Amino acid sequence: MTIAQNLSRRGFLAGTAATSGGLTFGFHIPFAVAQTANQPEINAWVVVKPDDTVVIRIARIDMGQGSLTGLAQLVAEELDADWSKVTTEYPTPGQNVARKRIWGDFQTAGSRGIRGSEDYVRKGGAAARLMLMQAAADEWKVPVAEVKTSKGVITHAASNRSTTYGKMALAAAKIEAPKDIKLKDPKDWTIAGKPLKRLDTAPKLNGAQVYSIDFTMPGMLNAAIKETPVPGGKVKSIDAAKAEKMPGVKKVLTVDGNAVVVIADTWYRAKTALEAVEIVWDEGANANASSASIAAMLKEGLDAKEAFVGNKSGDVAAAIAGAAKKIEAVYAYPHQSHMTMEPMNATAQWTADKCMVWTGTQNAEAALATAVPASGLTIDKCDVIRLNPGGAFGRRSSSHDFVRQAVLVAKEMPGTPIKLIWSREQDTTHGTYHPTTQCKLTGALDDKGNVVGLHMRISGQSILAGLRPEALVEGRDPGTFQGLNAQGPEGQFGYDIPNVLVDHAMRNSPFRPGFWRGVNNNQNAIYLECFMDEMAHAAGQDPLEFRRKMMAKFPKHLAVLNTVAEKSGWGTPTAPGVYRGISQHMGYGSYVAAVAEVSVSDKGEVKIHRIVAATDCGHVVNPQQVAAQIEGSFAYGLSALLYGEMTAKNGRMEQENFDTYEVMKMAEMPPVESYPVPSGGFWGGVGEPTIFVAAPAVLNAIFAATGKRVRSIPLKNTDLRKA
Amino acid sequence: MARLTINGKTHDINVEADTPLLWVIREQVGLTGTKYGCGVAACGACTVHVDGVPTRSCSLPVSSFTEAQKIVTIEGLSPDVTHPIQKAWAELDVPQCGYCQSGQIMAAAALIATKPNPTDADINAEMTNICRCGTYNRIRAAIKLAASNTKRG
Repeated sequence: MTIAQNLSRRGFLAGTAATSGGLTFGFHIPFAVAQTANQPEINAWVVVKPDDTVVIRIARIDMGQGSLTGLAQLVAEELDADWSKVTTEYPTPGQNVARKRIWGDFQTAGSRGIRGSEDYVRKGGAAARLMLMQAAADEWKVPVAEVKTSKGVITHAASNRSTTYGKMALAAAKIEAPKDIKLKDPKDWTIAGKPLKRLDTAPKLNGAQVYSIDFTMPGMLNAAIKETPVPGGKVKSIDAAKAEKMPGVKKVLTVDGNAVVVIADTWYRAKTALEAVEIVWDEGANANASSASIAAMLKEGLDAKEAFVGNKSGDVAAAIAGAAKKIEAVYAYPHQSHMTMEPMNATAQWTADKCMVWTGTQNAEAALATAVPASGLTIDKCDVIRLNPGGAFGRRSSSHDFVRQAVLVAKEMPGTPIKLIWSREQDTTHGTYHPTTQCKLTGALDDKGNVVGLHMRISGQSILAGLRPEALVEGRDPGTFQGLNAQGPEGQFGYDIPNVLVDHAMRNSPFRPGFWRGVNNNQNAIYLECFMDEMAHAAGQDPLEFRRKMMAKFPKHLAVLNTVAEKSGWGTPTAPGVYRGISQHMGYGSYVAAVAEVSVSDKGEVKIHRIVAATDCGHVVNPQQVAAQIEGSFAYGLSALLYGEMTAKNGRMEQENFDTYEVMKMAEMPPVESYPVPSGGFWGGVGEPTIFVAAPAVLNAIFAATGKRVRSIPLKNTDLRKA
Repeated sequence: MARLTINGKTHDINVEADTPLLWVIREQVGLTGTKYGCGVAACGACTVHVDGVPTRSCSLPVSSFTEAQKIVTIEGLSPDVTHPIQKAWAELDVPQCGYCQSGQIMAAAALIATKPNPTDADINAEMTNICRCGTYNRIRAAIKLAASNTKRG
């Protein structure tokens, strides 16, 4: 449970106690009867208008990952809707409060957009269908068992009658929700499981899509912000005399004691005036923090006595002591920025009676929970309207700092809507960064080259310690061990090794961490999968065969590995100068593997020729969107591998914009062959998992090409020129 | 004071001379399809056509433009989303979040206007806009599809 959710739950209790009586959270009725009569809302998930348009309510946000379409497919499937008449809408978190959290939670993170709500949204669709059928049966005075549905039409064959969902909606809305709901077998799906086009493409082709930054209202002003460049710093003093006289400027103020804001008629004028404000910062305790000081702190943790244990079996110390061959390596992963294409922003309007926020967020409930204390009002007087985010990748769930600031700014000018936009520079230097860690791996091989022991000592940053310290479990951050846990439906260590120890010495960087697409799986997969390659090499064995020997107990891990081996032609000749690398991992409930084909020129230039990727996510709701997520995750993961690095000096992040924080572009993007290999029976995520295998597959291929082990990310810092 | 021709319409703009064209388009003219991504001409989200040439509008002051220059934004690329690039984008469901896609589409439309049959090398050289969702492969495929549709049509 997140801080935000805890806060919002407390807020919900406070805000709804008067009307709700004994409200139980964590339980909600996803298909309760509509509250207002004469509205064609069949239940919370389904509205059918008189013209047969079906409006499906979406609690999760679409930030590009396609789950808006996927969730609509699931509801429409159970509803037997006419897909050509399906549209969607986002309920607000305020409406969710007022209706006792009827839509469950709004969080869109952890690749849970679909898998976290598939059961109750499908039941919502199925319940609505049963209610529409009952309404028709009642009107026709026939048994409901004789009524059939197809594509939004209800028929009674015996009497040759038919009607539409639109005509029955008002009557259906008055019928009690059914209690016994049977969901379809996925093998009978005709809408879900199909490669349908996204519902939200058209407005993205002509500029019509309204992103958060595009939102406007009559009388709206704009605000630009500059926060302390050093984490924990404060505004000591400002001289705004010059800025206040600049065109369009309405007000110069400080927010939360650590940021300076200019409000003006347009954002560009606000930003220009902000640059003219003379600010003296009190830099505080972190003024000397640097990448070197952080790295030194992490290095110390690699051999520290105290560490949290994540995965332990057998006696790893004894196995290493008795090994025929011992291998050791240290890897490192830096801070990285999300770099969403749209910088953080939010619009707020505040009066003593009402506080409204319009923003792009991965968790509108958390945005509301942030807005409420900032507004000084009660939750029933606040709401958040969700707008489309231009990318999110975890940034818009890690912190709603921009929402808090927007509300505080709006409070300064009651009644006036104000849009606060972070400049790219403010955004890049005030992120919730990928946590930085190092890992020392020690492997023990017996005389036949079998792995008999593995110790992974992770040293570094905990996301929970930075964002939600109260969620730590006796000081320990379970998320640190993503993909390395002995068991669990989210991610399971996929090798059978008799003596294993994975432990974490928490060493927290002063730079705020966040959930960064893939999260801790990103570095954990690099550490484990590159070291697997190192051990295979030390054992003189093929990296694929070496892995396979340890994977008999993990058939799903093995199946995706075998898929990429087969599809890539592992073991067959490649083009001259091209080498292969392989990796596998499990995270967010899905099994993923990849083979990369890479060449390295004499000048040290890396070219990625081809990626072959496989995913077993259990059920596939839209194969086209799964493929798109796999392709996109390689762009994200390979950007991180090639370039991703925020460096610190004098307490400040050094990179401010895309000119210094490079990301992958078209010319470097390899072809990605994606193979969904859904084995059914479970629901895994797809928005993140294939990121995990992108970097290790490429790094292992670079070793095959050059004999050089790259153990520090990003790759741009390593000289791969031929000696 | 500036007079601009945007999407075939004349606009009299009363703003500081050093205001970038991007912010004039977004805040004075009110066309928000052209996006702010970096402000330093590094990402391409702000790409518009100036006399057919793809131009990063975030880094050029409004004072450097004249009424005679034809500025086209994503809203003016076609009256009804029928430009071959837009049609190919729809056919291949290119966008994910879509934020960069106005700029990508404008860059791609300019590319096929000058090179009706772009090679991979042409695409690599001309399509330097950033997409963080990672739609590059679909963009490449859609440009080729648009080129082949145009040839057929």
